[in-house]
Amino acid sequence: MSTASDVGYHAQRQARWHYGEIAFWLIVLACGFAFPSRYLIMTDILRLALFAMSLDLILGYAGIVSLGHAAFFGVGAYAAGLLALHGIVKEPVLALIVAGLAAMVLGFATSFLVIRGVDLTRLMVTLGIALLLEALAERFSNITGGTDGLQGIEMQPIFGEIPFDMFGKTGFFYSLAVLFLLFLLARRVVHSPFGLSLRAIKNNPLRAAAIGIPVNRRLIAIYTLAAFYAGIAGALFTQTTAIASLDVFAMERSADLMLVLVIGGTGYLYGGLIGAVIFRMLQELFSTITPQYWQFWIGLVLVVIVLVGRQRLHRWVLYVPNLIIRQIAGRKAIVAVPESDS
Amino acid sequence: MTIALETQNLEKQFGGLRVTRDLSLKVEQGARHALIGPNGAGKTTVINQLTGVLKPNSGRILLEGQDITDLPVHKRVLRGLSRTFQINQLYPDLTPLETIGLAVSERLGHGGDWWRRMGTRNDVNGEIADLLSRFHLLDVMNEATVTLPYGKQRLLEIAVAIAAKPRVLLLDEPAAGVPESERHDILAVVGSLPRDVTVLLIEHDMDLVFSFADRISVLVSGALLTEGPPEEVARDPQVKAVYLGEEAVDV
Repeated sequence: MSTASDVGYHAQRQARWHYGEIAFWLIVLACGFAFPSRYLIMTDILRLALFAMSLDLILGYAGIVSLGHAAFFGVGAYAAGLLALHGIVKEPVLALIVAGLAAMVLGFATSFLVIRGVDLTRLMVTLGIALLLEALAERFSNITGGTDGLQGIEMQPIFGEIPFDMFGKTGFFYSLAVLFLLFLLARRVVHSPFGLSLRAIKNNPLRAAAIGIPVNRRLIAIYTLAAFYAGIAGALFTQTTAIASLDVFAMERSADLMLVLVIGGTGYLYGGLIGAVIFRMLQELFSTITPQYWQFWIGLVLVVIVLVGRQRLHRWVLYVPNLIIRQIAGRKAIVAVPESDS
Repeated sequence: MTIALETQNLEKQFGGLRVTRDLSLKVEQGARHALIGPNGAGKTTVINQLTGVLKPNSGRILLEGQDITDLPVHKRVLRGLSRTFQINQLYPDLTPLETIGLAVSERLGHGGDWWRRMGTRNDVNGEIADLLSRFHLLDVMNEATVTLPYGKQRLLEIAVAIAAKPRVLLLDEPAAGVPESERHDILAVVGSLPRDVTVLLIEHDMDLVFSFADRISVLVSGALLTEGPPEEVARDPQVKAVYLGEEAVDV
């Protein structure tokens, strides 16, 4: 075995599909058949997962913090709503892409503001942009419907063939297909030299520039791509719920996203997906126990996660499965969830 | 003799403090040139201006006759000017394989490639393998840099700079902080650099400077005090007074 092919083998180590990943997607698909009465909440989780994956691309890989990611979600949501409402682009998939591109244009334009400065500046700039858009959407109520939002959106069948049904079955599988395709793309991107250069920039921008990486260009590129993803998530929201209101721009939406990534972890793409599932389930659980104070419990969980550390939690959670498997097979359980690097 | 790297009347001020004073320096093609000076002489500030981290207030920097004064950091690297840092500047979470792979990919213009996976280009893989073995990093190529012993990190620091295939290499105290037992590896690597690579060495360690350099420039308070071959510089009474004198006191 020559060293060069050895190096190639190891360089692609992370890019290869692991059994855990295949199992993960099969389970998600199975959920679609196992819980036909829960399509709405499951679709909601898929949207949140896609939105969180978008933030993970800039936060987990490039190290750009944002408190205003809802700006792109909102632009995607309103774009999809307007396209459907006025019959500009009737076919949903095409409209989805156009809405994503609209968010992408905004992402590109604002990236120049965001790449300047440090974390605190970025938090403020991103937050400011989202607030600005929310105010604009309220001001131009003749286009956006103001505080009432866009109403009377009727979705055409997908590809002119598959109509959206009232139980949300079509919406779920449509969202799942979009999420999976965009996941594949993101997976490809993060394992490319470009993706690796983002991690290098996050780790040490000084050194990144010193090996010839055009730092700003790379940051602009990934910020623009993430905006596209967030726009798609927003467009899915409008298409599957048939409403678009001002709260798509809300700061809570951006803040929730940070919480999702705190729960799921950053920098391995699955963090947003796993975090979205856990976040929504916790939200459901706590709001059934204490409808008024569920946010208290969410807050408590977050503090515990941050204090204890995610890796230790993984060990604890797998303690019992490990015990059982060791009894049966005489070896340790394999951690299906890759550890995040943060 | 052609000049690989040159500064013309370089001037840098931090507020009222002149840290580089009218510095005109010429480094010949293929030279082993050392820039020495007491603490606070402004050596690292000069390096930072040469590489583009800092912008000089006035003066020009020429790389192989081309004016690079206004070029950003990464473009100078692609033109063949690469450096190591006095304090390791590595990627803690990345492995040596990824770190070097990235440097090689960027140099070959594949850095912006967002579709093709890392490790699928044979020319890149070959170069990575070559560098890893030259710098004794093959056995740790899959470990996160932050977990490596300091000596290995130091080797990686130099390997990354070499991966850019520089024609001019700036070494900022390459052996700084390396334990005695691991020094030999570093010095051997620095000594075995191909002769067509021009090296500007910044160093405190006088043994290293006098064994390595064929030309020495002495920087004091941001200005050039003297310049010449090692024997001449060692004999210079001014240098003895300012630099070696200080060392003698230290001892």
